[in-house]
Amino acid sequence: MTAIPDSYDIAVIGGGNAALCAAITAAEAGARVLILETAPKPYRGGNSRHTRNFRCMHSGPLGPLVESYSEEEYFSDLMKVTGGKTDEHLARLAIRTSEDCLPWMEAHGVRFQPSLSGTLSLARTNAFFLGGGKGLVNAYYRTAEALGVEVLYEAAVTHLDLADDRIAQVTFTHAGEEKTVTPKSVVVASGGFQADTDWLARAWGPAARNFLIRGTPYNRGVVLSDLLDQGVEQVGDPTQCHAVAIDGRAPKFDGGIVTRLDCVPFSIVVNKEAQRFYDEGEDVWPKRYAIWGRLVAAQPDQVGYVIIDAKSLKLFMPSVFPPIEAATLPELAEKMGLPPDKLCATVDEFNAACGDPSGFHPTELDGVSTSGLTPPKTNWARPITEPPFYSYSLRTGVTFTYLGLKVDENAQCRIGDRPVTNLWAAGETMAGSILGQGYLAGFGMTIGTVFGRIAGKEAAAHAN
Amino acid sequence: MQTDLIQEARRQAEICNACRYCEGYCSVFPALHRERAFSDGDITQLANLCHNCRGCYYACQYTAPHEFDLNLPRALAEVRQASWKDHAWPRGFAHLFDRSGVLMAGGLVLGFALIFALAQALRPDSGAGFYAYMSHGLMVTIFTPAFLLPLLAIAVSLRGYWRTVGGGPVRPGDIWGALRSAGRMKNLDGGHGDGCNFEDEDRFSQARRHFHQAVLYGFLLSFASTASGTVLHYAFGIEAPYGFFSLPKLLGVPGGLLLSVGCAGLAWLKLKADPELGAPAAWGGEMAFVLLLFAVAVSGLALYAATGTSAVAWLLPLHLGAVLTFFLLTPYSKMAHGFYRMAALTRDAAQNRAA
Ligand SMILES: Cc1cc2nc3c(=O)[nH]c(=O)nc-3n(C[C@H](O)[C@H](O)[C@H](O)COP(=O)(O)OP(=O)(O)OC[C@H]3O[C@@H](n4cnc5c(N)ncnc54)[C@H](O)[C@@H]3O)c2cc1C
Ligand code: SF4
Ligand code: SF4
Repeated sequence: MTAIPDSYDIAVIGGGNAALCAAITAAEAGARVLILETAPKPYRGGNSRHTRNFRCMHSGPLGPLVESYSEEEYFSDLMKVTGGKTDEHLARLAIRTSEDCLPWMEAHGVRFQPSLSGTLSLARTNAFFLGGGKGLVNAYYRTAEALGVEVLYEAAVTHLDLADDRIAQVTFTHAGEEKTVTPKSVVVASGGFQADTDWLARAWGPAARNFLIRGTPYNRGVVLSDLLDQGVEQVGDPTQCHAVAIDGRAPKFDGGIVTRLDCVPFSIVVNKEAQRFYDEGEDVWPKRYAIWGRLVAAQPDQVGYVIIDAKSLKLFMPSVFPPIEAATLPELAEKMGLPPDKLCATVDEFNAACGDPSGFHPTELDGVSTSGLTPPKTNWARPITEPPFYSYSLRTGVTFTYLGLKVDENAQCRIGDRPVTNLWAAGETMAGSILGQGYLAGFGMTIGTVFGRIAGKEAAAHAN
Repeated sequence: MQTDLIQEARRQAEICNACRYCEGYCSVFPALHRERAFSDGDITQLANLCHNCRGCYYACQYTAPHEFDLNLPRALAEVRQASWKDHAWPRGFAHLFDRSGVLMAGGLVLGFALIFALAQALRPDSGAGFYAYMSHGLMVTIFTPAFLLPLLAIAVSLRGYWRTVGGGPVRPGDIWGALRSAGRMKNLDGGHGDGCNFEDEDRFSQARRHFHQAVLYGFLLSFASTASGTVLHYAFGIEAPYGFFSLPKLLGVPGGLLLSVGCAGLAWLKLKADPELGAPAAWGGEMAFVLLLFAVAVSGLALYAATGTSAVAWLLPLHLGAVLTFFLLTPYSKMAHGFYRMAALTRDAAQNRAA
């Protein structure tokens, strides 16, 4: 074991958005900061490298954002998706501070662009990063390095030594060696544990082995479990995660945004027995995006199959893999490995239950529904009749997990009834302190930016 | 067209179309996001619209070692290069692209030797300035065809390109749009105005944009200088040599300086940039082209500085040899990119108008 000779004020664990915001803020306050990032340089930046926007309150037009988005509206949007399982105090803190984040981000190199084509519904609430999350991460690394922050890649933190109520030492492996560093303050920003399939399987059962992980393979919850084992206060439970249905052909890790499928509302979705299992037309798509991960997870072998016909092909955003195409339904079933007679029966039954499709409107709840069918399809129900027919396979894609470190409004971690005097947490690894369940698009980066900056400020104040 | 290059660019374009994160960098992405499927012509148009600013490489979460292996700047550079060969006219000259580096070096030597020999053999009895070394008539005899024939070749090539990309009738408004974009090098400003990524990985800088602008405006000024000389000569009977406060010199001297600085800057940046983000096979030819243009500019300035000295005897053929090589290789070298770029920008303006 080698002790890193340099005396750092602060060690930041992780190399994503929250870590970088903390490191930059601390360095600007005069602290000597070391970033320990487990990923190699090309994969630095965790899940943050896959993001595209953050959700930002604003009282008038701000940067790329149009009109206004008030604290109350933002908060009520959040309450809707979390079903009330929200820490109001911390959530409002994040929301209020978000307005101030946008200019801060710009001042530290992040550039924005107008809402991307196909995402106009977010033009008022979400500010899009030019070049996406990797562009943001690159800009922050440049800024941090100019401030003298040192970055060690392929530095996997394995243990934080908790002695009484402070972290005495940080242990990590680097270049095949075990090393230690003894900073005055520590910021944990190493994400959730979703990339540890064993852990997921312990929480979810063996089905979890069939899940795909949409983001980085490096968020394995090593530091999280190390701290929880030592009694640092936990929030949330391991079964809670954000999961969506993505293209079944996506890679196991890091498939990112391009594997999403937006075609569900115009389709029927069946399981491997060619049976439908949920109302595909429940709501406009982005709103129902997140329930399909769980729905597919509950099906045999954790797979689903979207079936559409020619008239629907151009109604949704293209995705990375082309759909499987066939001239007839039996042929399509054959190609997808579905029982052909059962698929035909399911489609026939669905078609027979469709009514008058003349009110069809792809972007509104059009009320074009089935009658007498279980489960029903309550909007966009048009018979599947026009060849060629197309199919995508679906799998559960986990975005992040909620189990995390409980923090207070200073982003400080706790043990029992007292704070750990030199330990702060930011980003996904403490997001459970704010959200108990559900997710609002763009809130992950807001939490990371707001609490990353708070953690950096507090950690620097402690070290000085 | 080499179908594998097109196919690779198409594969990547389809990933970008599902992602769209780079939409704000340049004109390529809005054009790309208009389509759902990409014909060979679409890919060719996107390739010629791409300015190789590299923003979309450094910002991409799917670059190698990721299995999606995105490198859009390179994929488009390869198609772009191949498309110029494809549309080269006469057809048999297409392969010159592959050898443009060697050709430029050879052309320079041969051009020098030829003009030097002619000048010696046909040395005029009278004449001032460089007409003392070479008659006006001889220069015109050499350079008129050397200028017009390549332009004809380019025109034929562009007509082919226009057909490939499915361009319709050309509207002046669209050409104006293209000129405005090229004039400001809009596509090298990164969308945010901070410039592009080139010489230092993901750092944005204006270096390439400004050096390229220096080349563009330096070239145009030099060209205007020659044109003004021609007009003075034929329309007003005022013959070279011109003094400093004459149109040809007032345009030509700053033009030559800009061109020299711009070319030197671009060559320097090229040495620092990662060749894997362009078409690596074309690197040598591109570098040779920049250096040739540099030689044209510097020898032109030197010629002016040497007025009245005996150095004109060898500087003149050197300069004219370089200019000759430059003209003759225009349709088969990196110089072609300027014409294709204008065509692509014009086509893009038309599509934006229609959308
Ligand atoms: C495909 C996708 C798209 C998304 N899009 C959006 C979006 O548009 N907007 C939004 O707000 N949110 C989005 N999210 C969620 C968002 O990514 C997260 O909320 C946010 O990135 C969390 O930031 P973070 O810094 O906490 O974690 P991360 O960015 O994941 O960073 C964690 C870091 O810790 C490192 N690390 C892990 N373990 C160790 C260890 N033991 N030692 C050292 N380092 C370690 C990792 O390598 C990584 O660098 C998206 C997520 C995914 C997967
Ligand atoms: S280059 Fe990469 S990040 Fe940019 S649009 Fe394409 S896939 Fe997305
Ligand atoms: S290299 Fe630059 S100009 Fe070319 S596609 Fe990428 S961002 Fe656009």
